[in-house]
Amino acid sequence: MLKFNNLTLGYENLAAVYQLNASIESGEFIALVGPNGGGKSTLLKAIMGEVLPSEGSINLSVSARKGIAYLPQLSKIDRSFPMSVEQLVSSGLWRQVGLFKGIGCCHKTRIHEVLFEVGMSGFANRMLDTLSGGQFQRVLFARMLLQNAQLLLLDEPFAGVDEKTTDDLLLVLKKCHERDTTIIAVMHDLDLVREHFPSTMLLSNKLIAKGASRDVLRQENLTITRQSNPPIRYESLCKPQRVTDYA
Amino acid sequence: MLEYLFNPFLEFEFMRRSLLGCLLLSIGAAPVGVFLMLRKMSLTGDAMAHAILPGAATGFLIAGFSVSAMTIGGLVAGCLIALLSGISARKTSTSEDSSLAAFYLISLSLGVMIISLKGSNVDLLHFLFGSTLALDNAALTLLTSVSLITLISFTLLYRALVLECVDSEFLRSVSKVSPIAHYAFLVLVVLNLVSGFQALGTLMSVGLMILPGAISRFWVRQLEPMIALACLLAFAACVIGLLASYYIRLPTSPTIILSLGFAYLFSVVFGRNKGLLTQKTSFN
Repeated sequence: MLKFNNLTLGYENLAAVYQLNASIESGEFIALVGPNGGGKSTLLKAIMGEVLPSEGSINLSVSARKGIAYLPQLSKIDRSFPMSVEQLVSSGLWRQVGLFKGIGCCHKTRIHEVLFEVGMSGFANRMLDTLSGGQFQRVLFARMLLQNAQLLLLDEPFAGVDEKTTDDLLLVLKKCHERDTTIIAVMHDLDLVREHFPSTMLLSNKLIAKGASRDVLRQENLTITRQSNPPIRYESLCKPQRVTDYA
Repeated sequence: MLEYLFNPFLEFEFMRRSLLGCLLLSIGAAPVGVFLMLRKMSLTGDAMAHAILPGAATGFLIAGFSVSAMTIGGLVAGCLIALLSGISARKTSTSEDSSLAAFYLISLSLGVMIISLKGSNVDLLHFLFGSTLALDNAALTLLTSVSLITLISFTLLYRALVLECVDSEFLRSVSKVSPIAHYAFLVLVVLNLVSGFQALGTLMSVGLMILPGAISRFWVRQLEPMIALACLLAFAACVIGLLASYYIRLPTSPTIILSLGFAYLFSVVFGRNKGLLTQKTSFN
């Protein structure tokens, strides 16, 4: 599904991700774990094609980004914007309706279905600024489900979310996983990762370990991660170029 | 009572022209202002209004009070300042807002300098405060064109503009339209400011853009009614300004902006949506 070949991602002369060689199989449910500044979010952006590799490449088997759904961090979204839940969720239909096509009855039915799946039935007409953090995250999950993507990229999906909402949303992700969807989530709660994520990639600019969560999240690996001092100064950073390969 | 409202417009052609000009300006500028406010860029609008002055002044130096020369000059200056401040912010450690502030201040002083050296104080007043009651055919044509361009652009880019405001990362993940929407919006801001300064002057035109949106946010919660209300408020303030200038000889453009200013203060206190008093009530 996804292969990183000697991948280096950088800003100016600092490498957020350095010479990463790894692959993620189709249908994998994997947590991306590491310290702040360790390159996790940058890696997600590179998969989407927003950050270009300075060196190496990404091979992606989903045709040209069309099968990717991205869930940004809660803090990056303007929740005071005058918009209803239904309107925000409907933006998940972008690839089907684009700039001009109308949103028809079947689309609306689908919107209500995904709202039901995340436990937000009856909230369609509520304005965004009346929602709690947890409710808002459920709405973002609904939008992600509406995209019907083969690859889900989630950036800290459970940050600032209560236990009940976390459990409900994990259940939603597990259902997606059962449908053979590949899921990559940036996570900080290691207990949650151990309990719910079958595999983990531990990244601190360099790849520390990748494999089954219980093996990767061992004390020696976590100690190496803590002792590393991101980001890596990378003197010979080349001009970024598009080498992401959408096979 | 109604005759006091309608007679000035029925009797005098210059009043009808002004009314039409104000209507066109309200239709174009108010929606742009709503999006400026929602993108938390209201002060950027203000800075851009000052930035277009040297371009318009250069147009004036070359061709006198020619609408097309001043418009082209204003457009070039506005886009140049937006571009230069953007490059300066990205290539140096200066933040975007301080970079824009520096460039617009240079631009504004340059504009005032050009007009003062070559023109008279009357010319300077025309640039700063406009001449709402003296809109000629060329000015009306410009206002019509800019309103049409604004409406068409909003129709074409509405979804992208909305999503760019709420969640630009998501938009970038599903489409390449994000930078197009961003820059098209900045061009619309400059266009509406340039067309607005013919009627209201550079200092006042930004008021008709920003204040209606800021007021309407206190009264409605949905975006589309907010845009409609902003257009109505802008036009109503223009009518008040025109009538006040006709009956009691008040200067038109400051009266238009002041009436919007009073409406804003009223809304801050009594606004249904998070006004001071309604917030207090909700806690009790």
